[in-house]
Amino acid sequence: MTQDEMTDTNDGTDPTANAAADTPDPSGDPLVDQSIDVEGTSTTEQTSGTARTVLESRNLDVYYDDVQALNDVSLAIPAKQVTAMIGPSGCGKSTFLRCINRMNDLIDSARVDGELRFEGKDVYDDDVDPVALRRRIGMVFQHPNPFPKSIYDNVAYGLRVQNQTENMDEKVERALKHAALWDEVKDQLDKSALDLSGGQQQRLCIARAIAVDPEVILMDEPASALDPIATSKIEDLIDDLAEDYTVVIVTHNMQQAARISDKTAVFLTGGELVEFDDTNKIFENPENQRVEDYITGKFG
Amino acid sequence: MSTDTQPDITSRPTGKVAREKLYNGIFFLCAALSVAVTLSIVVLLARDAVGFFAAVPPSDFFLGTEFVASKGKFGVLPLVSGTLLVTVLSALIAIPIGVAAAVYLSEYASERMRAVLKPGLEILAGIPTVVYGFFALVYVTPFLRVLGLPVATFNVLSASLMVGIMIIPMVSSLSEDAMSSVPDSLRQAGYGLGATKYDVSTSIVIPAALSGIFSSFILALSRAIGETMIVAVAMGLSPQMLDLSDPLSNVLGNGQTMTSKMVQVVGSELAGSDAGYKSLFAIGITLFAITFIMNLISNRIAARYREEYE
Repeated sequence: MTQDEMTDTNDGTDPTANAAADTPDPSGDPLVDQSIDVEGTSTTEQTSGTARTVLESRNLDVYYDDVQALNDVSLAIPAKQVTAMIGPSGCGKSTFLRCINRMNDLIDSARVDGELRFEGKDVYDDDVDPVALRRRIGMVFQHPNPFPKSIYDNVAYGLRVQNQTENMDEKVERALKHAALWDEVKDQLDKSALDLSGGQQQRLCIARAIAVDPEVILMDEPASALDPIATSKIEDLIDDLAEDYTVVIVTHNMQQAARISDKTAVFLTGGELVEFDDTNKIFENPENQRVEDYITGKFG
Repeated sequence: MSTDTQPDITSRPTGKVAREKLYNGIFFLCAALSVAVTLSIVVLLARDAVGFFAAVPPSDFFLGTEFVASKGKFGVLPLVSGTLLVTVLSALIAIPIGVAAAVYLSEYASERMRAVLKPGLEILAGIPTVVYGFFALVYVTPFLRVLGLPVATFNVLSASLMVGIMIIPMVSSLSEDAMSSVPDSLRQAGYGLGATKYDVSTSIVIPAALSGIFSSFILALSRAIGETMIVAVAMGLSPQMLDLSDPLSNVLGNGQTMTSKMVQVVGSELAGSDAGYKSLFAIGITLFAITFIMNLISNRIAARYREEYE
């Protein structure tokens, strides 16, 4: 089946078309305006292509005990686009993702040097509360991990812990619709989330992440545990999400990165960012020989 | 040549077969032993209890509110109420503290802190219960008096406090096992949504571990029901019927549980008298029935709340 489907999906999510659609109005969202006011404008002049920079790392190093997982990574992630991180296993792409919302704090041995700026503010500053940070940067994991609760309670969880309990039904419905799951579950919201299929569970996890309306959504190989049909639904969804959110996705599937992303960062062994550019540039004409070898399957 | 060396697959050497049979027999005997012992205990308990009920009508035993062997009164209710009082009070202490300790160990403690605290809690479980009883009598009761509580020398409150402390390790260690087996991916999902550690502990980990936590409660309660030495030493030896008109007096005064009455009967001259001696078995089978029902309930609850994680 794959050949047909891949071509279909590819048509729908042409990176260039997508980037062009985003260009006219990068900062029309009131949430983004507001956050610029709050956080200052230090990085807003720096643009990546045509979009405003939301996340920026400068000389980022990460160690697990004595093992270096990221080596001097500097890159700028544009707003309301899909940025893909690709590379072989152990190259540090997931580590980078988990640095952004400080999930690495949960690992005792992890140590971070360098800067990682979100809307201009270094997220590793002493006055940053990782809990507050994660409320603005949502995350979707590799394996669907719904709570052993009802579908409704899964989506409502983030709203509840963030005390956004007014109009909850409406917010839950909106999130499920946005995650393209509403029609399948609207009559069984009080059923256990564990009764859903793997692909539905992952869309539920996406609904759960967007219910609290974050600015950025991090996705750690969100389709790697899913079958091809469920995968293509998730890919379509990611394309839609980029209209409202900045999406950063780690994938080890290069075709997927080519299909869905606007920008691609290639990490190679040793936690080194080898090339970061527009996705079509990376896949059609990479500057770096090692990237070309990796893309064309000569190693990795 | 190949026909000469064809392996013999028709039968094994007889010695090997006999040895396998022997092993089978030894393992079966070991497995059957505990079942056989349990069954014979039940049968013997029942036989002597039947003998007791021939002398004392069951209605006098199960509904009587006085247990004075010398007067021929064998009402079990004051003993049952003593046991339930101790169980409920000790649960009020052990359940909240045990669960909170389990949450700390499973969710909050660093590796190093856990390495110190876990063995510490397990030592608590290794103290002989007679030591707890002695401690209740000699230290806890005077301490309660210092606090201004008018407790009797032998009283229900100090005994229950010590039973509660004794069963904390059971609650905390089994609950912690249940919480630790909640997959990390659920915690990460919570943290990723901006939940605090307290949110994750109370709204994700505890609900997901509920069946294990409930099982720990029931096991701890069964232990409290069966506890003998603490109550025999610190609670006194006079059965008291629950007095609902003055609730506090039940706790501050003395009382006696089913187990402690049994110890008393075995160790006293009553052991000679027929009905007095045989009351031991009637109390014993009542206690057995209560713990048996508790176990059934525990299995039901565990099955009802068993949650699958993925």
